[in-house]
Amino acid sequence: MNPKEIIAKRVAKEFENNQLVNLGIGLPTLTANYIDKDIKVTFQSENGMVGMGKLAVDDEIKTDITNAGGQFVTIGDEGAFFDTSMSFGLIRGGHVDVTVLGALEVDQHGNLANWIVPGKMVPGMGGAMDLVVGAKKVIVAMLHTVKGKSKILKDCVLPLTAKGVVDMIITELAVMEVTKEGLLVKEISESISVKELQDMTDAKLIIPENLVYMKV
Amino acid sequence: MSKVVSLNKVKGLFKDDMTIMIGGFLGCGTGEALIDTLIESGAKNLTIIGNDTSFVDKGIGRLIVNNQVKKVIASHIGTNAETGRLMNEGKLEVELSPQGTLIERVRAGGFGLGGILTPTGVGTLVEENKEKITVEGVEYLLELPLRANIALIKGSVVDDFGNTIYKGTTKNFNPMIAMASDIVIVGSQTLVEAGTLNKDMIMTPGVVVDYIVREGK
Repeated sequence: MNPKEIIAKRVAKEFENNQLVNLGIGLPTLTANYIDKDIKVTFQSENGMVGMGKLAVDDEIKTDITNAGGQFVTIGDEGAFFDTSMSFGLIRGGHVDVTVLGALEVDQHGNLANWIVPGKMVPGMGGAMDLVVGAKKVIVAMLHTVKGKSKILKDCVLPLTAKGVVDMIITELAVMEVTKEGLLVKEISESISVKELQDMTDAKLIIPENLVYMKV
Repeated sequence: MSKVVSLNKVKGLFKDDMTIMIGGFLGCGTGEALIDTLIESGAKNLTIIGNDTSFVDKGIGRLIVNNQVKKVIASHIGTNAETGRLMNEGKLEVELSPQGTLIERVRAGGFGLGGILTPTGVGTLVEENKEKITVEGVEYLLELPLRANIALIKGSVVDDFGNTIYKGTTKNFNPMIAMASDIVIVGSQTLVEAGTLNKDMIMTPGVVVDYIVREGK
């Protein structure tokens, strides 16, 4: 299994029945493929719908129905369309149960940076700032390191998307919860030791006695 | 007098230095015939307000590529490399606003409100030069209203009084910008006679619409 698949499968286990979920573009979107068939969640797309289904193919394509990445998608029987104000009312108003998104950096205080690398990349924040402030649970799903460098820091260096909003970090190596005391490791990959995990992580990790292996 | 006019007629409304709001999300819900007309008008130094700058060959993206824009206020510019390039060269001013904040600023402008209070952006670059207000122990940013000279709307089904229905995800910014601009131009995908629409489905009442042009049938 490749690292992204491991992450997507593990994130998928976080969803509960009847939740309203918003998935970021890229890796977070993959998690939808791995949700247990007994768990029924409704997906929101911030460009204006709930009940988003799979990508539309062939005669399913309707040019008036796109996702937040501009791709043609389907909508389920429970779905509804609305304007951006309503969409962000759902988001900021606390109606979205879980949002899953990627990060450039995340730190042990739950700070998140994922919208700008000054001087290099300025895509804009889109809906990310509202999503992490408004969703009840914020899960960061990302590779543990980039080019051998930890993406999980003591303190974010890049400009923040929001302060203290991240609840959970899921990488291919570990599942971590942001607590007042710091980053609590809940699960670790069978492929590495606790020492190796800490060596690959800039933030100080809290290792509980009941640490278990990450199952996907 | 009928509100239904030719694209040539609305071309004369576009002037240099105007502020124009344009509906759409990555081009979905943008009236491309209206964009064509704005390009043909040659109006320059425009301030464009919209969700994003789309792609180089679509919607707002085409105005950026055609160097008609002085400033853009949007939430996302990452899908149009020209926006970033012009910004880095100092030829285009970009004001980034979180998507949920941007739409509420437009709503405030259109609904007669003095601004909105949002927790989004607190503790980030977005809070720079903005007033912070604490309500019941929670910090909010005061975000100010936006208005424009002209709004370019894309309607899926429009009657000849301007009553507008938007299908699917074409709604996005369209219903709000229709309220926040001095002149409202709707590009109709399908144009029908007033009285034939289901009035419970109308999202933009024709009373706020000044001109209707044909995007499609």
